[in-house]
Amino acid sequence: MPQQAPLSSVNDFVVRFANVNGSGSASANELFARAVLRHGVPVSPRNIFPSNIQGLPTWYEVRVTEAGHLGARGGGTDLMVAMNPQTWDKDVAGIVPGGYLFYDSTKPMPSTKFRGDITVIGVPLTAITNSTYTDPRQRQLFKNIIYLGALCALLDMDPKLIEQLIGEQYKGKEKLLSSNVHALHLGRDWALQNLKCPIGLRIRKADKVGDRIFIEGNNAAALGAVYGGATVCAWYPITPSSSLAEAFGNHCKKLRHDPKTGKARYAIVQTEDELASIGVVIGASWNGARAFTTTSGPGISLMTEFIGLSYFAEIPAVIMNVQRAGPSTGMPTRTQQCDVIACAYASHGDTKHVLLFPEDPAEAFEFAATAFDLAERLQTVIFLMLDLDIGMNQRLCRPLKWDDARQYDRGKIMTAEMLDEGRDFGRYLDVDGDGIPYRTYPGTHPTKGSYFTRGTSRDRYARYSEEGAVYADNMQRLIRKFETAQDLVPRPLQANAAKPTRYGVIYFGSTAPAMDEAIELLEARGHLLDRLRIRAFPFHSSVASFLAEHDFVYVVEQNRDAQLRQLIVNENGIDPVRLVPILHYDGTPITARFIADAIGDHQDHLKVTPLRKAVS
Amino acid sequence: MTYIAKPKFHHPGIKTNALGFTHRDYEGKISTLCAGCGHDSITASIIEACFELSIEPHRVAKISGIGCSSKTPDYFLGNSHGFNSVHGRMPSVLTGANLANRELIYLGVSGDGDSASIGFGQFAHAIRRGVNMTYVVENNGVYGLTKGQFSATADRGSKSKKGITNTDNAIDLVGIALQLGATYVARSFSGDKKQLVPIIAGAIQHKGAAFIDVVSPCIAFNNHAGSTKSYDYVREHNDAVNRLDVFTGRDPITVDYAPGTVQIVEQHDGSRLALRKIDADYDPHDRLGAMTFLQKHAAQGQIVTGLLYVDPDSEDLHSHLNTVEQPLNRLEAADLCPGSTALDKINASLR
Repeated sequence: MPQQAPLSSVNDFVVRFANVNGSGSASANELFARAVLRHGVPVSPRNIFPSNIQGLPTWYEVRVTEAGHLGARGGGTDLMVAMNPQTWDKDVAGIVPGGYLFYDSTKPMPSTKFRGDITVIGVPLTAITNSTYTDPRQRQLFKNIIYLGALCALLDMDPKLIEQLIGEQYKGKEKLLSSNVHALHLGRDWALQNLKCPIGLRIRKADKVGDRIFIEGNNAAALGAVYGGATVCAWYPITPSSSLAEAFGNHCKKLRHDPKTGKARYAIVQTEDELASIGVVIGASWNGARAFTTTSGPGISLMTEFIGLSYFAEIPAVIMNVQRAGPSTGMPTRTQQCDVIACAYASHGDTKHVLLFPEDPAEAFEFAATAFDLAERLQTVIFLMLDLDIGMNQRLCRPLKWDDARQYDRGKIMTAEMLDEGRDFGRYLDVDGDGIPYRTYPGTHPTKGSYFTRGTSRDRYARYSEEGAVYADNMQRLIRKFETAQDLVPRPLQANAAKPTRYGVIYFGSTAPAMDEAIELLEARGHLLDRLRIRAFPFHSSVASFLAEHDFVYVVEQNRDAQLRQLIVNENGIDPVRLVPILHYDGTPITARFIADAIGDHQDHLKVTPLRKAVS
Repeated sequence: MTYIAKPKFHHPGIKTNALGFTHRDYEGKISTLCAGCGHDSITASIIEACFELSIEPHRVAKISGIGCSSKTPDYFLGNSHGFNSVHGRMPSVLTGANLANRELIYLGVSGDGDSASIGFGQFAHAIRRGVNMTYVVENNGVYGLTKGQFSATADRGSKSKKGITNTDNAIDLVGIALQLGATYVARSFSGDKKQLVPIIAGAIQHKGAAFIDVVSPCIAFNNHAGSTKSYDYVREHNDAVNRLDVFTGRDPITVDYAPGTVQIVEQHDGSRLALRKIDADYDPHDRLGAMTFLQKHAAQGQIVTGLLYVDPDSEDLHSHLNTVEQPLNRLEAADLCPGSTALDKINASLR
C-alpha cells in the first residue's frame, strides 16, 4: 500500500470510539469530550448506538472543532479508538487515509488486520489493567480511563484539566476520585514512555467555548417544561424520548417540592400506552393544569384520535416528539425529521396543528416553555418537534436563560367574577375576532359557565348540533384561530448572503449546525445563498416573501419524502418546481459536506447556458 | 331531546337538601335515549344520590367515553362540567383531570363496550392506580348505538335479538376490578333504585377507586328471551348479598337495626356505610372471599349484587404521588418556576 503522510491537524479532527454497549465506556468517552471543552475548544459528540442494552456495538464520535462546526462532519474518522473486536474490520476501514488507529495491543493481531496508509498505535490496555486491578468490574471501568490517559498524552492534552473534571465528578468520594486519577496516569505514563507523543492530531488551548453549556436536548426540553409551569406529565417509554420524561422527574425532585411539607408540585404518571398518556394530558389540561407528554413516531400514530379531539374540542396539550427514523419501528435509535406531515395534519377529518422546530438544546428549552403558553393561548395541541440528534446528544449551546419578569400566558379564561359581572359565556363564541373563544375551568361557578365538552359538533354555546351551517361556522373559526397562530409562534430567522442572490435555502431543526457550515463551504465554491430557518408551523408570512424573492429555494430536510417542502407547497399554494428538495434520510445526522455537495452540484448545473440562448 | 328546553317550573313544596338545592338542581338536559332505557334509571339514581349527599352540583366533573351510556352525563348535573371524550378513554381523561384538581368529585360514566372492549386497558389501569373516582359502567351487554352487536360482557350462550348465540366468554368487570385492587366494588341493577342510590352515594364518599357495575337492560336490543341482561332475567337471577344505607356527617345513626344484621363501615371522610346483611356469611372486607363468592354464584347463573368489597383505609393516586394539597391547577408561576438564579446554577453545572 502506498505510504500516506500522517494527518496533521490542531483542534480540527474527528475521534471515534468503538465500544461494546454496556461496558461503561460512555462516561469515559464523555469525559474526553468535556476535557476538550475545558481546553476552550468546541466539540460536537454523537452517540451512535443500537436498540440494545448490552453486548452490541456502540460508537461515540467526537468532532473537535475550533471553528465551532457542531454538525456531524462525516467523511470518515481521523482517529479510531477501536475497542470492539466485533466491529474491527468496519472500524479500520472507516479511517481516512493518513489517519490513526488506536487499539489494545495486549494480544498480537495479524498484519492483515491493519492498513498501510494509517498510523497504528498499540497500547496493551488489558495487560496494564490486569496487572493493576483484580476485580473484574474495576478492570472493565478503569480500562476506559486508561485509554483516556493514553489519548491525553497522544493528543497533547493538559492532564490537569482532566483531573479537574474527575475531581468535580467524584466530589466527596475520595476513593473513587484518586483511583480514577491513578488510572488516568497509568495510561498517560505508559504512552509517554513507549510511544511517540504527541501524534499529528493535537488539542491546543483556545478560547472558543465562552460561556456555552454542554447539554442534551431532552434534558433542556425537560427543564423548559419545569420553567414553563408544567404540573402533569404522562408518558409511555419509547426511544429516543424516554430520557426527556425521566429528566423532568429528576429536575422536579430538586426544584418542585414544597420546602415546608416536602410534597410534590407536580404529578408524573407512566401510563399503560400512548393512548392513555395523551388522555391524561387532555384531561389535566381541560381541568386547567399545564400538562405534556413525551413520545416518538409510533406514539404519535397511537395518539392521533385524541389529537383530533384536542383540535376540535379545543383543549390545550403539549406533545414533545423526539423523532426517530420510521415508518413502523423503523430505526428506533437513528435520527430523522420524518414526522412533519404526520404531526401537522394528525387525526381524521380536517385538522391542522402547531409545530415548533428547535435547532438545539437552548431553543428546545425556550420552545418547551413557550409551548405551554401557546397551548393555553390557542387552546389546542402544540408539538415540540425534537429529534434524536438534538435529544440524545450533548450539544454545545448558549446558556439557558429565563427572564424572572416573564408571566405565564394562561390564555382566555372566564372566571367566576367575570361570569358574575354578566359576561356572556359561549364556549365556542369568537368574541375577539381571533378565532379564540373563552373557556371556564370545571368547578368555576355554582350556576354559570358550565358546559359539556365533546368531540361531536356543537354550536357557539357548546350545544350539540348536527346542523351543517353550525358545523361549518365552527370549522371556519378554527381556521381563523390557526391564522392567529401564525403571529404567535416563533418567527423564521433569515440570514442573507454577503451579496444579493437569486437562490435561497430553507431548513429547520437539527439541520441548523450542518447548514451553517455548508453555507461556508458553498461560499468557497462561489455559491451564494440566502437562508431561512423555519421555527414553526403555521408558516409566518415571511416564508411566502422569501419564496417570492428567490428563483430557486432549496429545502433541506432529514426525511425521504420532502415533508417540509410538501407542507410549504400545500400551505402556500406555490409552484413546487421552484423548491428543490435536498434530502438526507439514512438515519445518521445530516452533514455540511452532504448539503454543500448536493446544493453545489445543482448550482453548477444551473450555470449551464440554456440551449435557446446558445442558438440565438 | 337536548334541544328542547326543560321547563324550570316545579312544585312549591318540593323537597330541599342541606344546601337548599332541590332535585331539579341536579338534573340535566332531557334524555335522548329510548323510552324505558335502563340508563335513564341510573341517571335518576345519580341525581338522587347527589341530592341526598348535598353535593354542590358544580363541584362534580362528569367524564365519559362514547356510546349510549356515555351520553348520559348530559342528562344529570347540568351545572357541572362534563366531558364526553373518546371511545374507551374516559379513564385516562378522568385520571388527568383528577391530577389537575384533587378537590372536585370525579364521576366516570362508561358502558360495557367502552370499558370491557375498546377501553379494557384503560379501565384496568385506572383501577390499578387507585384514582379517586366513582366509575360507573352501565352494562347492557350490547352495542346500542350501532344496533345490537354483542359486547364483551354478554354471557356465553346468550342470544342476540337477531337470534345469534354468543360463543365468546364474558368479561366480568367486577371480578377484574377486585383483582386489580379497586377499594370499593359494587354491582347493582338499574331496575333497583333502592339498592343503587346508596351504592352510588357510598362510592362518591369513598376515597380511592370505586367501581360500580350496573346491569342496565337495553330496551331496544337486549330485552328479549334468551338474553341474560333483560329486565326479566336480571330480576329472576338477582342475588343481593346486602343492602346499604349511607350516613354523612358525624350525627349518630338513628336507624334501629336488629342486632347482628348490620355492619357499620366508617370511611375516610367520616361518612358511614351501614350494610344490612342479606347473606349472613358475606364479608365485604374480604377481597379473596368476594372473588370466590362471585365466581361460584356466576357459575350457578346468579347475578350477585350489593356492596361487594370496601376498604375503609383506602389510598388514592395523589397519596401515592405525594402531591401537594393545593390543586395543581391553582399553583402559580411563583410556585412552579424555579427562576433565573436556579437556572444560572444549572448552567454552571453544565460547563
